[in-house]
Amino acid sequence: MLELTTDERAIAAGSAGEGAAMAMRIVAEAARLMGAPRLIPIASAHIDGALYHGDSGTLFAEKLVAGRARVGVRASLNVGSLAPAGCAAIRLPPHERDMARRMMRAYEAMGCEPSWTCAPYQAGHRPTQGSDVAWGESNAVVFCNSVLGARTNRYGDFLDIACAIAGRAPDYGLHRPENRIATLLIDVGGLSRELRSSDVFYPVLGTILGRRAGSDVAVIDGLQSCTTEDRLKALGAAAASAGGVGLFHVAGVTPEAPDAATALAGSAPRETIVLAPDDIATALARLSTAGPTDRVDAVAIGSPHLSLAEIDELERLMAGRKLKLPLYANTGRHVVGPLEAQGRRGALEAAGVVFVVDTCVVVTPILPELEDAVLMTNSGKFAHYAPGNTGYAVSYGSLSECVESAVAGHLVRETRAWS
Amino acid sequence: MELKAEPLLPGDAVSGACLALTAPISFWGGVDPASGTIIDARHPERGQNIAGRILALPGTIGSSSASAVLLELVHAGKAPAALLVDAPDAILLLGLVVAREMGWPTPPAFRLPAADQAALAGREITISKEGRITPA
Repeated sequence: MLELTTDERAIAAGSAGEGAAMAMRIVAEAARLMGAPRLIPIASAHIDGALYHGDSGTLFAEKLVAGRARVGVRASLNVGSLAPAGCAAIRLPPHERDMARRMMRAYEAMGCEPSWTCAPYQAGHRPTQGSDVAWGESNAVVFCNSVLGARTNRYGDFLDIACAIAGRAPDYGLHRPENRIATLLIDVGGLSRELRSSDVFYPVLGTILGRRAGSDVAVIDGLQSCTTEDRLKALGAAAASAGGVGLFHVAGVTPEAPDAATALAGSAPRETIVLAPDDIATALARLSTAGPTDRVDAVAIGSPHLSLAEIDELERLMAGRKLKLPLYANTGRHVVGPLEAQGRRGALEAAGVVFVVDTCVVVTPILPELEDAVLMTNSGKFAHYAPGNTGYAVSYGSLSECVESAVAGHLVRETRAWS
Repeated sequence: MELKAEPLLPGDAVSGACLALTAPISFWGGVDPASGTIIDARHPERGQNIAGRILALPGTIGSSSASAVLLELVHAGKAPAALLVDAPDAILLLGLVVAREMGWPTPPAFRLPAADQAALAGREITISKEGRITPA
């Protein structure tokens, strides 16, 4: 049974204003639903709630503002539906545009940082290992837990801002050490080192992780010295869109897994999955929906938002060539700021790169409306969500294949051993 | 047939046709917030509409914006008549918690194991306030 402190009960009853009261009641109700015995203090929040899905979310945020709610901890903002710092034309009708703008303003008015990125962990918001936080946006949650070792559940829209205002979160799930222990072992050691050290492998592995682990905690063994931060980012994002994954461990890589046995807390795994080339082929096929066609209408990269290192790689692969297809590079202010300062943004745009900043192509209408259109992407998360959200079918490929396709104006595949 | 579901978020008794999904779904990207139509290209119940149905969910996956989609469905009058979930989910159900805070008419939610949900597929049922499920 949930027990609130005297203080928490007073706030829920309105002692700190109606906005703070509503936030505390929402946090407490979530705690009751999830069987949490108490609320715990949090160090920070990442707010996914400022994305416009319809008028209701705007009305909720404005009700909090009207009740004089303010965030009590550091709170970064995930993507919005508009691009105040960007570039790409957004085809939102006037009413929706107005409501989306009102919503973004309301969240800023509550004291949230205008970071507007789904990769806050690469924009200077990196909670310390072992700290409790309340993060939204499934890829950010899984990165925060897995790569940073901070502790958060998958906070959905509304609960994220409610926790930020209350400065508290329900004590359950991944806040508790016993729930962070792996029960599933995924062994990838049988796959070639070349594959394990390639960017294009990680969204595929993430898809397998999401589908096989569901919301269970897995430890992946066999990736020692194969990963980079951006690969772990891609792995987590794909896992969190294919399943309910909130935390994974990588033996010898992530902070709570010096080795597989530690991540498993010395117990035998409930299940061991040894990945074979067939599993990879099945998951790879699942990422594409376009079927056997050479058609590509647009390329989209950057879900999660591109890091500067990923832009470096894009520039290297483009090698000064012009693109025949639009290549939508989704990223945040933390990346376009430095790019502008270094004079690199203009050259990329002149070559055909369309920067999408503060938002991305699957959360707001940016891609042109075309019949039977095909989007090429190297992102497992875009591959998962683009068909439903944009109407585009998807061809999944490496960043190099994405760039070559954009240069050629049609699908270009490279020879690669998927084993 | 009589089943007992555990009330999670209370509401009045409801009757209606049960749409029992055969695979977990992500509401964001999976359900159109304006119409309630299932739009996930890979979902087996793609094209069905959840508005006004008693929706049985064997599991939920994916984005943390599911609560926003559910709140929007409530606001747009396209929400399910009731939700039956395999396990409490702090993301999806928050949409209903917030709808209640906003003072909007809010469908009830109950817990019913996925194994019991399948038997309800396509049937007209009534769920009492206490969670008793009987043929309508």
